[in-house]
Amino acid sequence: MVYLTRKAEFSASHYYHSPELTPEENRRIFGKCNNPNGHGHNYTLEVTVKGEVDSRSGFVVDLKQLKEVMQREVLEAMDHRFLNKEVPEFLTKIPTTENIAIAVWQRLQPKLQQAQLHRVRVYETPELFVDFYGEA
Amino acid sequence: MKAYLTRRYLFSASHRLHSPEMSAEENRETYGKCNNPHGHGHNYALEVTVSGRVDAITGMVCNLVDLDQCVEREVLSRYHLENLNTVREFAVTVPTTENLCIEIFEILQRTFAQAHLERVRLEETMMNSFEYTGENGSPP
Repeated sequence: MVYLTRKAEFSASHYYHSPELTPEENRRIFGKCNNPNGHGHNYTLEVTVKGEVDSRSGFVVDLKQLKEVMQREVLEAMDHRFLNKEVPEFLTKIPTTENIAIAVWQRLQPKLQQAQLHRVRVYETPELFVDFYGEA
Repeated sequence: MKAYLTRRYLFSASHRLHSPEMSAEENRETYGKCNNPHGHGHNYALEVTVSGRVDAITGMVCNLVDLDQCVEREVLSRYHLENLNTVREFAVTVPTTENLCIEIFEILQRTFAQAHLERVRLEETMMNSFEYTGENGSPP
């Protein structure tokens, strides 16, 4: 089994607010992230797939295809967007780094053909990242 | 859904690697330049990984503010700009980055209750780093 990781970057804005909490609770829990006008990050996405190396091509996965799937399913939807307002998953869920990692996984998983998705890592800043392995 | 959250912190400290159980010669042989009696310093980078179910309301594994406050109070304020050899836990134990990594894991395991502590990773320089996942932890 060999693991291959591809990186991509996207920039987006978001804010944290739960309709299930009072305005006061929202401010207390989310602090500055609760500002309704939003704020932005340069996100770095790392997608790791795994598989056996194909004996003819020497590839775990066709990198070009992986790049295209990441571009189409994730970057086109999230790059230069206000996540809360423009990405369907985040109309009902808060676009925390945790939920972004889960959403990326759910977008990529059904579209990958040869290789199996192993890990989605999303860096919100160089000091903070979340890993999701598809665990329930 | 279970997710793993990693936060990175920086602190600077000095240390000297010297074991009272070895002769002066053995210490020099084992630790080389790190045995210099006056010590030397590093900019350490600490990565703390915690895990848990993503809360349905907050969308979080745990509140980052709680994690930051705990790491600041229990770890950074203890070690930042200190000589590690003068800190109680390293009075006898040699403050190698291995031992510091284990110590930080155990401190956070005792003091951070809001999510499960998975891993502590400590970079001593850009060229070397150490990871600890607990006595019975799985490989990083």
